[in-house]
Amino acid sequence: MAETDLFSLLVGPFAEFSFMRRALAGCLILSLSAAPVGVFLMLRRMSLIGDAMAHAILPGAAVGFMVAGLSVGAMTLGGLLAGCLVAVLSGLVARITVTGEDSSMAAFYLISLALGVLIISVNGSNVDLLHVLFGAPLALDDVALQLLALISAITITVMLVLYRPLILECVDPEFFRSVSGLSALTHFSFLGLVVLNLVAGFHALGTMMAVGLMILPGATARYWVKRLESLLLLAIALSALASVIGLLGSYYVNWPTSPLIILSLGVFYLVSLLFGKEGGVLMRSISFKHLES
Amino acid sequence: MNQAAQSIETQVSDQADGAGHTQISDHTGMPLLQFNNLTLGYERHPVIHHLDAQIYAGQMLAIVGANGTGKSTLLKAIMGQLKPLDGEVLYPGVHQKTIAYLPQVANLDLSFPITVQEMVSAGLWLRSGAFGSLKTLFARGAVKNALQKVGLQGLEQRTLNALSGGQLQRVLFARMLLQNAELILLDEPFTGVDHTTTQHLLSLLHELNQQGKTVLAVLHDPALVQAHFPQTLLLTRQQTVLGPSQRVITEHYMTQSPLVGSAGQSSFQPTGTEAFNEKAAICTETASRTVILEDKHG
Repeated sequence: MAETDLFSLLVGPFAEFSFMRRALAGCLILSLSAAPVGVFLMLRRMSLIGDAMAHAILPGAAVGFMVAGLSVGAMTLGGLLAGCLVAVLSGLVARITVTGEDSSMAAFYLISLALGVLIISVNGSNVDLLHVLFGAPLALDDVALQLLALISAITITVMLVLYRPLILECVDPEFFRSVSGLSALTHFSFLGLVVLNLVAGFHALGTMMAVGLMILPGATARYWVKRLESLLLLAIALSALASVIGLLGSYYVNWPTSPLIILSLGVFYLVSLLFGKEGGVLMRSISFKHLES
Repeated sequence: MNQAAQSIETQVSDQADGAGHTQISDHTGMPLLQFNNLTLGYERHPVIHHLDAQIYAGQMLAIVGANGTGKSTLLKAIMGQLKPLDGEVLYPGVHQKTIAYLPQVANLDLSFPITVQEMVSAGLWLRSGAFGSLKTLFARGAVKNALQKVGLQGLEQRTLNALSGGQLQRVLFARMLLQNAELILLDEPFTGVDHTTTQHLLSLLHELNQQGKTVLAVLHDPALVQAHFPQTLLLTRQQTVLGPSQRVITEHYMTQSPLVGSAGQSSFQPTGTEAFNEKAAICTETASRTVILEDKHG
């Protein structure tokens, strides 16, 4: 009896309500593409770039909203344009002038963010701002779901094509440039994927929370596995698990979904940080004792 | 005495007994690389001035010089990654795309979770292209061979961060072997590498050289250069000296005394250091600063 109770507790909400099924599908699709992108962001030491890009897409989404209301297409297109503009501008500035990409990107995303806040404050109510910032997984419609699926498919395809170039760009950029002229293309395509997934993410989770689904799974997986393939798979699995926990939690406790999903990932991260077998804080102190004895 | 040292001895005596010329002074062959009035630098600050020199196929050339004299910069220019401020690099004897490059270990990101096998396979990059699927069939054997040559068999699945400095250098050599390039550029390949590994890797370089490959290596140890590299290109802030290592690596040149000379001349007249104007955005001199030393047997 207890088993069936647990089963119905876990599956019931999804079986019963289509909005729960859509939210689950959206989050799982997003996990498939955003988590691997996040793993590479982490390995390239660019985790905070994800955060910067999330802020950068805000004005584009806001302009899309102004023009067409809560239209998935318009907001996506606007967000994409704004994100890519910031990525390309900061990349160009870093390559042409003396500043690094981190500082130029910080400058451009801050300009972009301020513009976004201004546009939303002048033209819309605070409710709209909250929607864009924190998303509403439970309100995903079919158009949004199709868009998520399309973006996920594009991401996975591009990642497969760019897999080896991306690895070499990270490990040995000088060698990569010596055998291939694809260095800049690889870098910008990858930034493009980051923008694409953040734009996909803001429909489900909002711009701010979408970064969490991208960065936290990879950062957590790093404490358990070594190999790149394992990192990618574990990150996807963690992301999917957190989505289910967040959705169910939100259903039963009636708290907002996006923060619950990200907080689940946050709990995974903190636990892994302590107990992870690959360099977790506690495991590390145990292995030090081994060395001393 | 190990094989490497023996092979180099024969090479040097061959040159002495033979035509009596090193390949530098023997201008009959087509050069592999040609530097014409090459001036290189960053942000309009030149580090290499008016380099005029030729590199011939089959040479084993050391590039030496103090920090900041443009050794790595020269390698970058040869690979076409740095646009010259003035002058040009010509490739009469080699395709720019088929140059193998072995970077400084310091410029690798070792935290990235990649295995020895994957890293070495990257040497097949240029040959994988359209036949990606066929490649994997050949790759296993080729990678295995390369790893055996550098003495890393059995470590295929190790990640890079679990390797010692010497093992890491062996990985880079294995990858370089797979590239099967005519011209091999190495940037400080023996820095932080123990004696045994250095000797092993040197013997690999000699083997490649005997197969006709051209080797250019940025090095710091004058004794190693004199023992293993017949030719040396010395970069100083005042001038560039190219010639047989025994003549270039002398106190005379290594102390960067302000000497000037022209190609083929054996008499040198000391001049003042004012020839090098640090504040000039682009060196306005047109005279070559390259000194070419002939082999003494010539």
